[in-house]
Amino acid sequence: MSVKAMKAGAVAKKVIEKKELFIVDVRNNDAYEDWKIEGENITSINHPYFDLLDSVDDVVKELPENQEVLVVCAKEGSSKFIAEELSEATGKDFYYLEGGMKTWSEHLEPVKLGDLDGGGSVYQFVRLGKGCLSYMIVSGDEGAMIDPLRLTDQYEAFAEKLGIKVLHMFDTHLHADHISGGRRLAEKTGGTYYLPPKDAEEVTFKYEPAEDGKEITFGPDNVTVKAAYTPGHTIGSTSYIVNDTYLFTGDILFIDSIGRPDLAGLAEDWVGDLRESLYVRYKNMNQDLQVLPAHFAKLKELDDTGRVVARLGDLYEENTGLQVEDEDEFRRMVTENLPPQPNSYKEIRQTNMGKVNPDSEEETEMEIGPNRCAVS
Amino acid sequence: MESTKVFDAKGLACPMPVVKAKKEMDKLESGDILELHATDKGAKSDIPAWAKSSGNEIVKQDQEADVLKFWIKKA
Repeated sequence: MSVKAMKAGAVAKKVIEKKELFIVDVRNNDAYEDWKIEGENITSINHPYFDLLDSVDDVVKELPENQEVLVVCAKEGSSKFIAEELSEATGKDFYYLEGGMKTWSEHLEPVKLGDLDGGGSVYQFVRLGKGCLSYMIVSGDEGAMIDPLRLTDQYEAFAEKLGIKVLHMFDTHLHADHISGGRRLAEKTGGTYYLPPKDAEEVTFKYEPAEDGKEITFGPDNVTVKAAYTPGHTIGSTSYIVNDTYLFTGDILFIDSIGRPDLAGLAEDWVGDLRESLYVRYKNMNQDLQVLPAHFAKLKELDDTGRVVARLGDLYEENTGLQVEDEDEFRRMVTENLPPQPNSYKEIRQTNMGKVNPDSEEETEMEIGPNRCAVS
Repeated sequence: MESTKVFDAKGLACPMPVVKAKKEMDKLESGDILELHATDKGAKSDIPAWAKSSGNEIVKQDQEADVLKFWIKKA
């Protein structure tokens, strides 16, 4: 019998590969109800650690016969403690989640989307714990990123493995649900940070405006990134088209849902913009473009290899948010189905504008919890 | 506020503040008050949740700089 650490990356692989895992989550009930590790073949039960100090029998009763059991808590300490108790009580092996839900929330799983015609390739970083998607585009020994998160160490390690230098950072909008890594990466690598100008009116730092129609060509493979103004989630929301193959839609269009227009406070005003972006601007684009959003909401949006991608034309058939032709009905759907706003979204926007500078612990705290960027 | 016993859990990481507070609590009599000081941020939600689950009552809660203070009345 023993107690071993399981890394967030190993859990991510189990989620993507739809493997079985039994989770004993020992955080308090509120934290568990708010968000937890989910997967098609993941079963979880919640028993707060402080209820298990005298006896772990309540958990033992519920344990499966022949399945790996992972004990999970907020930071690691309690899960290790309970895993040891469980191991002692049963004589079996138990795992605890290394770094706890904090590390799970921050883990990025890189998956290759494909190679570009004419050279270059595109990688998607799946943040399973929060539903964020970010992207690295490779052109020879040079890289670009779309919607990079603050977890820049993980991108830098990946770029080093590929032997590239990431010099061009693009944000589709001023994010409200997570802290952007665009500016930080640009500062570290001496690169450029592109931001839609209409979202950047209050920012306190230097950036390159990503105006409608602007085209940037980079690296030995001459990969092109073209900005296309598609407002509605924010007033500045901009999509990027790479080599006329991939369409990065940010928080405007997801695979299974559409963006919400209220996180900067103006749902009523922006719903018209959102509708125009979805029903006119994207409709006039090449329907064979592969849509790559900044989020996924449900695990079923991931394919067998963990990728989140769909053909634009197919979304006009399948995405329920693209089936509402009537303007009033669309307005109602978007403004009446708004989920709760993400944790700390106001503070996160202030951080992304450069107005406040929280330390890394505060940043982690601000981003904890589920993602809520879509109209559900 | 009057307390029967003050327990200093400053510097201890989760789950130790609760583990040790529970041991102290077990030694007290019904109606006694344990004053607990902790610096682990998880204590903020975990101590009240533990108190609720164990039937005890948080009669007062306070924060001074990084130190979270709880007065827990034994059921």
